Amino acid sequence: MRARVEIRFRPGVLDPEAAAIARALGHLGFAGVRGVRRAKVLEIDLATEDADAARAEVERMCEVLLANPVIETYRIELLDRG
Amino acid sequence: MRAAVVTFPGSNCDRDLAVAMERVFGRPVRRLWHGETELPADLDLVGLPGGFTYGDYLRPGAIAARSPIVREIVRFARRGGLVLGICNGFQILTEAGLLPGALVRNRRLLFVCRSVRLRVETTDSPFTRAFPQGAEITVPVAHHDGNYLADAGTLARLEDEGRIAFRYLDNPNGSARDIAGILGEGRNVLGMMPHPERVCDPRLGGTDGVPLFRSLLEAVAGGGS
Repeated sequence: MRARVEIRFRPGVLDPEAAAIARALGHLGFAGVRGVRRAKVLEIDLATEDADAARAEVERMCEVLLANPVIETYRIELLDRG
Repeated sequence: MRAAVVTFPGSNCDRDLAVAMERVFGRPVRRLWHGETELPADLDLVGLPGGFTYGDYLRPGAIAARSPIVREIVRFARRGGLVLGICNGFQILTEAGLLPGALVRNRRLLFVCRSVRLRVETTDSPFTRAFPQGAEITVPVAHHDGNYLADAGTLARLEDEGRIAFRYLDNPNGSARDIAGILGEGRNVLGMMPHPERVCDPRLGGTDGVPLFRSLLEAVAGGGS
Protein backbone atom coordinates (compact mmCIF):
# COMPACT_ATOMS: atom_id res chain seq x y z
CA MET A 1 0.00 0.00 0.00
CA ARG A 2 1.25 3.50 -0.74
CA ALA A 3 0.87 6.61 1.36
CA ARG A 4 1.14 10.17 0.16
CA VAL A 5 2.34 12.66 2.77
CA GLU A 6 2.04 16.36 2.13
CA ILE A 7 4.13 18.56 4.42
CA ARG A 8 3.75 22.31 4.36
CA PHE A 9 4.62 25.32 6.46
CA ARG A 10 2.11 26.33 9.08
CA PRO A 11 0.09 29.42 8.21
CA GLY A 12 2.07 32.44 9.32
CA VAL A 13 5.51 30.93 8.68
CA LEU A 14 7.04 33.08 5.98
CA ASP A 15 8.27 30.98 3.05
CA PRO A 16 10.71 33.16 1.09
CA GLU A 17 11.00 30.58 -1.71
CA ALA A 18 7.25 30.63 -2.31
CA ALA A 19 7.35 34.42 -2.25
CA ALA A 20 10.14 34.39 -4.87
CA ILE A 21 8.07 32.07 -7.08
CA ALA A 22 5.06 34.37 -6.75
CA ARG A 23 7.20 37.37 -7.73
CA ALA A 24 8.64 35.50 -10.73
CA LEU A 25 5.13 34.68 -11.95
CA GLY A 26 4.27 38.36 -11.63
CA HIS A 27 7.32 39.34 -13.69
CA LEU A 28 6.20 36.88 -16.39
CA GLY A 29 2.90 38.68 -16.73
CA PHE A 30 0.67 36.48 -14.57
CA ALA A 31 -0.95 39.45 -12.94
CA GLY A 32 -3.62 37.49 -11.09
CA VAL A 33 -1.35 35.57 -8.69
CA ARG A 34 -2.35 36.46 -5.14
CA GLY A 35 0.01 34.09 -3.43
CA VAL A 36 1.90 30.82 -3.71
CA ARG A 37 2.29 28.12 -1.09
CA ARG A 38 4.82 25.37 -1.37
CA ALA A 39 4.59 21.85 -0.01
CA LYS A 40 6.77 18.76 0.07
CA VAL A 41 5.20 15.52 -1.11
CA LEU A 42 6.54 12.13 -0.10
CA GLU A 43 5.15 8.91 -1.51
CA ILE A 44 5.93 6.03 0.78
CA ASP A 45 5.69 2.44 -0.31
CA LEU A 46 4.58 0.23 2.56
CA ALA A 47 4.61 -3.52 3.00
CA THR A 48 1.25 -3.61 4.76
CA GLU A 49 -2.12 -3.82 2.98
CA ASP A 50 -4.02 -2.82 6.10
CA ALA A 51 -5.17 0.80 5.75
CA ASP A 52 -5.44 1.45 9.49
CA ALA A 53 -2.00 0.04 10.19
CA ALA A 54 -0.55 2.00 7.27
CA ARG A 55 -2.05 5.25 8.47
CA ALA A 56 -0.86 4.69 12.04
CA GLU A 57 2.64 3.86 10.82
CA VAL A 58 2.91 6.92 8.59
CA GLU A 59 1.46 9.11 11.35
CA ARG A 60 4.30 7.97 13.57
CA MET A 61 6.86 8.63 10.81
CA CYS A 62 5.57 12.19 10.59
CA GLU A 63 5.85 12.69 14.33
CA VAL A 64 9.29 11.13 14.65
CA LEU A 65 11.00 12.57 11.56
CA LEU A 66 9.09 13.74 8.52
CA ALA A 67 7.53 16.96 9.84
CA ASN A 68 8.76 19.52 12.34
CA PRO A 69 5.66 20.53 14.32
CA VAL A 70 7.18 23.91 15.17
CA ILE A 71 6.96 25.05 11.55
CA GLU A 72 5.08 22.40 9.58
CA THR A 73 1.79 20.57 9.32
CA TYR A 74 1.20 17.33 7.44
CA ARG A 75 -1.61 15.49 5.72
CA ILE A 76 -1.63 11.77 5.00
CA GLU A 77 -3.51 10.18 2.14
CA LEU A 78 -3.55 6.46 1.42
CA LEU A 79 -3.34 5.58 -2.26
CA ASP A 80 -4.74 2.58 -4.05
CA ARG A 81 -2.20 0.16 -5.32
CA GLY A 82 -0.65 0.94 -8.68
CA MET B 1 37.69 20.28 31.46
CA ARG B 2 36.70 17.11 29.62
CA ALA B 3 35.24 18.05 26.27
CA ALA B 4 34.21 16.18 23.14
CA VAL B 5 33.24 17.18 19.60
CA VAL B 6 30.90 15.02 17.53
CA THR B 7 31.48 14.37 13.83
CA PHE B 8 28.52 13.43 11.63
CA PRO B 9 28.65 12.62 7.93
CA GLY B 10 28.72 16.13 6.45
CA SER B 11 30.15 17.95 9.48
CA ASN B 12 32.85 20.36 8.32
CA CYS B 13 33.72 22.54 11.33
CA ASP B 14 34.43 19.69 13.72
CA ARG B 15 38.21 20.01 13.56
CA ASP B 16 38.08 23.82 13.86
CA LEU B 17 35.92 23.50 16.96
CA ALA B 18 38.17 20.89 18.55
CA VAL B 19 41.29 22.99 17.84
CA ALA B 20 39.73 26.14 19.32
CA MET B 21 38.65 24.20 22.43
CA GLU B 22 42.04 22.53 22.87
CA ARG B 23 43.82 25.84 22.62
CA VAL B 24 41.72 27.48 25.35
CA PHE B 25 41.20 24.41 27.53
CA GLY B 26 44.84 23.37 27.32
CA ARG B 27 44.06 19.70 26.97
CA PRO B 28 42.96 17.27 24.28
CA VAL B 29 39.35 17.16 23.13
CA ARG B 30 37.73 13.78 22.49
CA ARG B 31 36.41 13.22 18.96
CA LEU B 32 33.19 11.22 18.79
CA TRP B 33 31.65 9.58 15.74
CA HIS B 34 27.89 9.97 15.22
CA GLY B 35 27.22 6.23 15.35
CA GLU B 36 28.44 5.87 18.93
CA THR B 37 25.71 4.93 21.32
CA GLU B 38 27.36 6.11 24.52
CA LEU B 39 29.15 9.24 25.63
CA PRO B 40 32.34 8.97 27.68
CA ALA B 41 31.22 8.79 31.32
CA ASP B 42 33.22 11.71 32.69
CA LEU B 43 32.34 14.38 30.11
CA ASP B 44 31.74 18.07 30.98
CA LEU B 45 31.01 19.47 27.51
CA VAL B 46 29.86 18.23 24.11
CA GLY B 47 30.21 20.35 20.98
CA LEU B 48 28.03 19.90 17.90
CA PRO B 49 29.90 21.52 15.01
CA GLY B 50 28.81 23.28 11.84
CA GLY B 51 28.40 21.59 8.50
CA PHE B 52 25.64 20.06 6.41
CA THR B 53 24.91 16.81 8.19
CA TYR B 54 23.38 14.18 5.91
CA GLY B 55 23.28 16.85 3.19
CA ASP B 56 20.66 18.71 5.25
CA TYR B 57 18.12 16.46 3.50
CA LEU B 58 14.52 16.82 4.69
CA ARG B 59 15.40 19.80 6.96
CA PRO B 60 18.75 21.11 8.21
CA GLY B 61 19.87 18.98 11.14
CA ALA B 62 16.76 16.80 11.05
CA ILE B 63 18.41 13.47 10.33
CA ALA B 64 21.43 14.08 12.60
CA ALA B 65 19.02 14.97 15.43
CA ARG B 66 17.66 11.39 15.29
CA SER B 67 21.06 9.68 15.41
CA PRO B 68 21.96 7.48 18.40
CA ILE B 69 24.57 9.86 19.75
CA VAL B 70 22.16 12.80 19.81
CA ARG B 71 19.73 10.77 21.90
CA GLU B 72 22.58 10.34 24.37
CA ILE B 73 23.41 14.05 24.19
CA VAL B 74 19.78 14.90 25.02
CA ARG B 75 20.06 12.72 28.15
CA PHE B 76 23.44 14.27 28.99
CA ALA B 77 21.92 17.77 28.71
CA ARG B 78 18.93 16.81 30.86
CA ARG B 79 21.39 15.73 33.56
CA GLY B 80 22.97 19.20 33.41
CA GLY B 81 25.85 18.49 30.99
CA LEU B 82 27.07 21.40 28.86
CA VAL B 83 26.13 21.29 25.18
CA LEU B 84 27.30 23.81 22.58
CA GLY B 85 25.74 23.68 19.10
CA ILE B 86 27.18 25.95 16.44
CA CYS B 87 25.46 26.61 13.10
CA ASN B 88 24.32 23.16 11.94
CA GLY B 89 24.80 22.14 15.58
CA PHE B 90 22.20 24.77 16.57
CA GLN B 91 19.83 23.37 13.92
CA ILE B 92 20.37 19.87 15.32
CA LEU B 93 19.58 21.07 18.87
CA THR B 94 16.26 22.63 17.80
CA GLU B 95 15.38 19.52 15.78
CA ALA B 96 16.22 17.35 18.80
CA GLY B 97 13.94 19.45 21.00
CA LEU B 98 16.73 20.62 23.33
CA LEU B 99 16.14 24.20 22.22
CA PRO B 100 12.78 25.74 21.25
CA GLY B 101 11.90 27.16 17.83
CA ALA B 102 13.33 26.35 14.41
CA LEU B 103 15.85 27.67 11.88
CA VAL B 104 14.44 28.25 8.41
CA ARG B 105 15.70 29.59 5.09
CA ASN B 106 17.31 33.05 5.25
CA ARG B 107 14.78 35.79 4.57
CA ARG B 108 16.51 36.94 1.37
CA LEU B 109 17.18 33.36 0.26
CA LEU B 110 20.93 33.93 -0.03
CA PHE B 111 23.64 31.90 1.63
CA VAL B 112 25.28 34.45 3.95
CA CYS B 113 29.02 34.12 4.50
CA ARG B 114 30.60 37.10 6.24
CA SER B 115 31.53 38.53 9.61
CA VAL B 116 28.67 40.00 11.61
CA ARG B 117 28.50 42.15 14.72
CA LEU B 118 26.85 40.57 17.75
CA ARG B 119 25.90 41.83 21.17
CA VAL B 120 26.33 39.53 24.15
CA GLU B 121 22.90 39.81 25.74
CA THR B 122 23.55 37.95 28.97
CA THR B 123 26.64 37.04 30.95
CA ASP B 124 24.55 34.79 33.17
CA SER B 125 25.50 31.50 31.55
CA PRO B 126 28.44 29.09 31.48
CA PHE B 127 28.99 30.15 27.84
CA THR B 128 29.08 33.92 28.29
CA ARG B 129 30.29 34.67 31.84
CA ALA B 130 33.77 35.77 30.69
CA PHE B 131 32.40 38.45 28.33
CA PRO B 132 32.03 42.01 29.62
CA GLN B 133 28.35 42.90 30.12
CA GLY B 134 26.87 44.12 26.80
CA ALA B 135 30.05 43.29 24.86
CA GLU B 136 29.91 43.74 21.09
CA ILE B 137 31.90 41.19 19.14
CA THR B 138 32.63 40.30 15.50
CA VAL B 139 32.05 36.68 14.53
CA PRO B 140 31.62 35.04 11.10
CA VAL B 141 28.40 33.44 9.91
CA ALA B 142 28.15 30.97 7.02
CA HIS B 143 24.67 29.58 6.55
CA HIS B 144 21.61 29.27 4.34
CA ASP B 145 19.10 28.45 7.07
CA GLY B 146 19.79 30.70 10.03
CA ASN B 147 16.49 32.52 10.23
CA TYR B 148 15.34 31.80 13.77
CA LEU B 149 11.63 31.43 14.23
CA ALA B 150 9.42 30.63 17.21
CA ASP B 151 5.86 31.41 18.26
CA ALA B 152 5.17 34.65 20.12
CA GLY B 153 4.88 32.91 23.49
CA THR B 154 8.27 31.22 23.11
CA LEU B 155 9.95 34.47 22.04
CA ALA B 156 8.46 36.30 25.02
CA ARG B 157 9.65 33.56 27.37
CA LEU B 158 13.18 33.65 25.92
CA GLU B 159 13.26 37.42 26.50
CA ASP B 160 11.78 37.24 30.01
CA GLU B 161 14.12 34.49 31.14
CA GLY B 162 17.20 36.19 29.67
CA ARG B 163 17.83 33.23 27.38
CA ILE B 164 18.78 35.22 24.29
CA ALA B 165 22.55 34.89 24.50
CA PHE B 166 23.56 36.75 21.34
CA ARG B 167 21.76 39.20 19.08
CA TYR B 168 22.75 40.46 15.64
CA LEU B 169 23.41 44.18 15.42
CA ASP B 170 22.79 43.96 11.67
CA ASN B 171 20.45 41.00 11.14
CA PRO B 172 21.79 38.98 8.17
CA ASN B 173 19.02 36.40 7.82
CA GLY B 174 15.65 37.69 9.06
CA SER B 175 15.85 36.04 12.50
CA ALA B 176 13.04 36.89 14.91
CA ARG B 177 14.14 39.61 17.35
CA ASP B 178 17.63 39.55 15.77
CA ILE B 179 18.34 36.30 17.60
CA ALA B 180 21.78 34.79 16.88
CA GLY B 181 21.96 32.38 19.81
CA ILE B 182 19.76 31.09 22.62
CA LEU B 183 20.11 29.20 25.87
CA GLY B 184 18.10 26.18 26.92
CA GLU B 185 15.86 26.22 29.96
CA GLY B 186 18.65 25.09 32.31
CA ARG B 187 21.16 27.53 30.70
CA ASN B 188 23.51 24.56 30.10
CA VAL B 189 22.69 24.31 26.37
CA LEU B 190 23.64 27.03 23.87
CA GLY B 191 22.78 27.09 20.18
CA MET B 192 24.17 29.83 17.96
CA MET B 193 24.47 30.39 14.20
CA PRO B 194 27.73 32.41 14.21
CA HIS B 195 31.06 30.57 14.46
CA PRO B 196 33.04 31.56 17.58
CA GLU B 197 35.60 28.82 16.84
CA ARG B 198 36.66 30.75 13.73
CA VAL B 199 37.76 33.79 15.74
CA CYS B 200 40.11 32.23 18.26
CA ASP B 201 43.41 33.04 16.58
CA PRO B 202 44.61 36.56 15.68
CA ARG B 203 46.23 35.13 12.52
CA LEU B 204 42.77 34.10 11.31
CA GLY B 205 41.16 37.48 11.78
CA GLY B 206 40.21 37.87 15.42
CA THR B 207 39.90 36.52 18.91
CA ASP B 208 36.35 37.58 19.80
CA GLY B 209 35.34 33.93 20.19
CA VAL B 210 37.89 33.15 22.91
CA PRO B 211 35.83 34.42 25.88
CA LEU B 212 33.10 31.88 25.04
CA PHE B 213 35.51 28.99 25.51
CA ARG B 214 37.13 30.70 28.50
CA SER B 215 33.66 31.00 30.05
CA LEU B 216 33.19 27.25 29.74
CA LEU B 217 36.57 26.57 31.28
CA GLU B 218 35.79 28.87 34.23
CA ALA B 219 32.31 27.40 34.66
CA VAL B 220 33.63 23.85 34.83
CA ALA B 221 36.58 24.78 37.06
CA GLY B 222 34.28 26.76 39.35
CA GLY B 223 31.56 24.10 39.38
CA GLY B 224 28.43 25.60 37.78
CA SER B 225 27.72 28.92 36.14
